[in-house]
Amino acid sequence: MKSSRRKFIRMAGFAALGWSICPSLAGAAVEAGPKLYFKGEEQLSATQWAMAVDTKKLTRQVMNKCIEACHTLHNVPEIDSNQNIKWLWIEPFRNLFYDQSHPNLTDMANKPFLALCNHCENPPCVRVCPTKATFKRPDGIVLMDFHRCIGCRFCMAGCPYGSRSFNFFDPRRYLEQLDPEYPTRTKGVVEKCEFCAHRLDKGQMPACVEASEGALLFGDLSDSSSDVRRALRERYSLVRKPKLGTGPNVYYLI
Amino acid sequence: MLEKAIKGNVLYWGWLFFLLAIIGVGAGAYMMQLEQGLGITGLNRDVSWGFYIAQFTFLVGVAASAVMMVIPKYLHNFKAFGRMLILGEFLAIAAVSMCLMFIIADLGQPQRLMNVLLHPSPNSILFWDMIVLNGYLFLNLLIGWVTLQSERKQVAPPKWIMPFIYLSIPWAVSIHTVTAFLYAGLPGRDFWLTAVMAPSFLASAFAAGPALLILLGLAVKVFAKWDPGKESIQALAKIVVYAMSVHLFIVACKVFTAFYSQIPDKLYHYKFLYLGLDGHTTLATFSWVAIAAGVIAVIILLNPRNRQAENVLAFSCILILLSTWIDKGLGLISAGFIPNPMKQVVLYTPTQPELLITLAIWAKGFLILTILYKVAVGVKKEIEA
Ligand code: SF4
Ligand code: SF4
Repeated sequence: MKSSRRKFIRMAGFAALGWSICPSLAGAAVEAGPKLYFKGEEQLSATQWAMAVDTKKLTRQVMNKCIEACHTLHNVPEIDSNQNIKWLWIEPFRNLFYDQSHPNLTDMANKPFLALCNHCENPPCVRVCPTKATFKRPDGIVLMDFHRCIGCRFCMAGCPYGSRSFNFFDPRRYLEQLDPEYPTRTKGVVEKCEFCAHRLDKGQMPACVEASEGALLFGDLSDSSSDVRRALRERYSLVRKPKLGTGPNVYYLI
Repeated sequence: MLEKAIKGNVLYWGWLFFLLAIIGVGAGAYMMQLEQGLGITGLNRDVSWGFYIAQFTFLVGVAASAVMMVIPKYLHNFKAFGRMLILGEFLAIAAVSMCLMFIIADLGQPQRLMNVLLHPSPNSILFWDMIVLNGYLFLNLLIGWVTLQSERKQVAPPKWIMPFIYLSIPWAVSIHTVTAFLYAGLPGRDFWLTAVMAPSFLASAFAAGPALLILLGLAVKVFAKWDPGKESIQALAKIVVYAMSVHLFIVACKVFTAFYSQIPDKLYHYKFLYLGLDGHTTLATFSWVAIAAGVIAVIILLNPRNRQAENVLAFSCILILLSTWIDKGLGLISAGFIPNPMKQVVLYTPTQPELLITLAIWAKGFLILTILYKVAVGVKKEIEA
């Protein structure tokens, strides 16, 4: 499978066409039951993956480490304009929870938090995508097929959290070093955080979680003994814009 | 019948070459966009749809307006529209073609367009929009061509075309309703999240489309020396003024809901649209021009005497087009994205290449329109001669 896939990549000359291929999607893109994409013994599986952000442990330094880990691993370019790409980024509490903040919440309001895709239970981005390039895996991860995306950006309009980015340019133009482990994208497609699905499939935790020094917890929401569930039992937590009914799976422990 | 398109005077050919020149320049800009990506536009991470999608939205309305003649003609046997109906149908063809071109211009990966058909996603409104737009294009091509052909032979249109004509009525409503639903069903975009989206789209469409038709009818009268008939122009003028009044009323309803409730989620968008937010007032200026132009046009046109004076009528139609174009072509999309989900103001201004591409697509639409009108008017003149 692996070698034939590699051959396939070479043969099709995807690189020349400016396409990219994401190994973790190769199976999942073929919409099928869980069996098709569960690839190995070591794969971590879950009914619904979720993340808990321990805001007490979030220092600038920790956050930067998380972002760095994510953006280098996924070849996310650094672009200095509002046509930029963000998978994981810093946003003050006030912006993330403007509906739950008030003028007298002074300290809290300006506190920097991490923001990312919420991997919604009822994701509007999946609903609006005209090509199923955005889809939800059975384990709750909202994934993207970069080859299928036509760049209509409907998903960007659909996401109420500003979690999606568009490749206005060829991202390779802005990448100083490439991580060959993960594909680069082409211009004209949308991308976002994917809960490191490709790492979970190899039995590893998301890169940001590993880099976070305990500030980010990750686990199966349906497993009452998971880190995330334990944290949610013990701490007060918020999710972004709960009233929209999207069912975000990133929790902020306050 | 197409041979009529290649026989024309200097003015006709001059106009075609003028349009072709604009198309040429725009094609250059589009090549640049294809090569470099949508980065050459003013779009950004927060305002991810802009001028292209706005033009598309405006033109869907223009396309839908043919129905305002089909209904009186076929459901109420209002004969006066018979003379002019073909102009409406051909306008619809040109407008839908422009819509499709604007959608394609907006895609980041246009060569993958067929993915919409290869992986049909009935959940996505965009999928349905493609279907209704292409369907409407097909219907109007078919109806327009068949009826014009039988007119030329001076026989009644064949019976089998009638079901298509009746189908085109709900279909016209559907193209605008489905387009409105592209926006109306998105969580977190409070500016668009309203049930009056589709009705308000239809109201402004039934003002803008017929207003453009009146202007085109008058242009045909001047340039092609063929009179589409006073009665049909006057009937259209009435449709324009009532539809515009309904449109302005709906705008007022939306503004009331936002400002009286004072719920920030909704309010900020309306503040941005009409008052300016964080000191950004450019769009607000446009919005007030739109309101003023709309109100003035309605006041003028409510008086039958003004409607009958063709120059006053033409002036008012221009005002209405200006008003509805600002409403859809500038306000609707920008104010929907601003402020962004984090309640920050990130602005969007179309860039020069973006404007050139837009202009070129308009020119292509007018090219299609000119050729179709040339044929239609040629046939009409031939019969009447
Ligand atoms: S946060 Fe946005 S991108 Fe992520 S699943 Fe929800 S709607 Fe989709
Ligand atoms: S931009 Fe791509 S992922 Fe997003 S809705 Fe369009 S096709 Fe789907």
